[in-house]
Amino acid sequence: MADKRRKKDLTFLERIYIPEIIKGLLLTLKNMLKPKFTMQYPEEKFIPGGSYRGRPVLVQEENGEERCVACGLCSRVCPALAIEVQAAETQREKERYPEKFEINMIRCIFCGFCEEVCPEEAIVMSKDYELAFTSREDAIYGKDKLLVPVHQLKDRIEFLRSYK
Amino acid sequence: MSIWETIIFSLIKILIIVHVMLITVSYLVYFERKISAWAQNRLGPNRVGWKGLLQPFADVLKLLLKEDIVPNQANKPIHTLAPLLALFVAFTTYAVIPFGPDLKIFGYTIPLVVADINVGILYVLALTSLGVYAITFAGWSSGSKYSLLGGIRSSAQMISYEISMGFSIGGVLLLSQSLRPEAIVASQSGWMWNAILQPIGFITFLVSAFAETNRLPFDLPEAEPELVGGFHTEYSSMKFAGFFLAEYANMIIASALIVTLYLGGWQFPYLETFGLPYGWYVAISVLTFLFKEALLLFFFIWVRWSLPRFRYDQLMNLGWKVMFPLSLLNIVWVAGLIMIFKI
Ligand code: SF4
Ligand code: SF4
Repeated sequence: MADKRRKKDLTFLERIYIPEIIKGLLLTLKNMLKPKFTMQYPEEKFIPGGSYRGRPVLVQEENGEERCVACGLCSRVCPALAIEVQAAETQREKERYPEKFEINMIRCIFCGFCEEVCPEEAIVMSKDYELAFTSREDAIYGKDKLLVPVHQLKDRIEFLRSYK
Repeated sequence: MSIWETIIFSLIKILIIVHVMLITVSYLVYFERKISAWAQNRLGPNRVGWKGLLQPFADVLKLLLKEDIVPNQANKPIHTLAPLLALFVAFTTYAVIPFGPDLKIFGYTIPLVVADINVGILYVLALTSLGVYAITFAGWSSGSKYSLLGGIRSSAQMISYEISMGFSIGGVLLLSQSLRPEAIVASQSGWMWNAILQPIGFITFLVSAFAETNRLPFDLPEAEPELVGGFHTEYSSMKFAGFFLAEYANMIIASALIVTLYLGGWQFPYLETFGLPYGWYVAISVLTFLFKEALLLFFFIWVRWSLPRFRYDQLMNLGWKVMFPLSLLNIVWVAGLIMIFKI
């Protein structure tokens, strides 16, 4: 009975292998002649879209201030314990600001939780994926490296507003 | 020719062949990587030198600089001997393969084969079976389970496939009535190629050649996913490179053998009727040989990147229940051809 045939029983044509082998060979030959997908990395760089989660950065307003209010939520939620925030006060309208904001890039796992939890949209994931350090100290990014002007982060912020 | 002249010419031929083989082997590795890359829509090595052409030298340099590790449990003399044996077998087999017609130069007639011996095919079979020892020794002397399993698989596989290989050659010998490779080439003039006269024998020989060289789909002795690296798990540095070289040298020999036995050797069909000057005739013949060889090498690599590995029992089934009867059938077929057409 035909329907009793198990799936793994091969038909005679399949069992003499040769037609199947030729099929396989033709498939690889076809692929050999197709255009390649490889990107020549250092010369040719991958430019990710808004949904890409590169290294987390702090948003810097046009007037040079950071958006962050040092609430510490990101540091609390970070599953890898990568963020350290120390709050301080100023005389400005927005009183709190982070005196010290450090992300340990060796610990960060690019989960994006910090970005998700931030009430001020102050920490977002950037498109930067070229992260290489020569020592552990270099891997701790302070405010100098984390602050990125808001106009460079438009793609991500738009993405967040439309999908979050 | 005096004995000294013979020795000098032989030495020159040996030097040329060894160097050509070494260079071919290194570029075979390069093309293996390139073709695998193309089959997977990648580019392959392209950084070292123009289009990555210096990659093989970089690879060898890297292997030379690695530490040579011998495991504590290993049997050291045999552990060292195994890669040397593999290389020895791989390079000496080439001696009897003719790669062109006689060269006439400065009044000498030089046959384009290192040793034109009348038991050439027997010599090849004997040496290739010696190749099993290299792998079995390597597996056994490493003192590691994976290596041992690889070695055992290799010997079982080679024994089962050598039988069908020998029987498929039987068909060729019936037609040429000689064990001399030169005579076998001569018996395939024009389009009387053995691959056309005895297609079954050609296929069984081709499959056994794949099994003999341990290439996919029969690379069970190595089988990275199950045996880590099989017989060469415990090898590093230049000893590992020895096995690597031997594998590719074996590929060259297997394809040279296929060309000689089944694809008309160095003969370009009906070239002698074109009335070319003799020098041109020799050059075109040698180029024809190299061209056929290159096509087969491409085929070897192409198959490797297309087919999955056989399971061990499937391999044995195929060897004993399919290949062996088929090669016998081929002998009957060839004998019938000779009876009917009196070739
Ligand atoms: S992306 Fe995840 S791991 Fe990295 S700093 Fe933010 S919360 Fe921590
Ligand atoms: S980045 Fe956002 S969550 Fe983190 S401390 Fe600043 S305001 Fe709070």
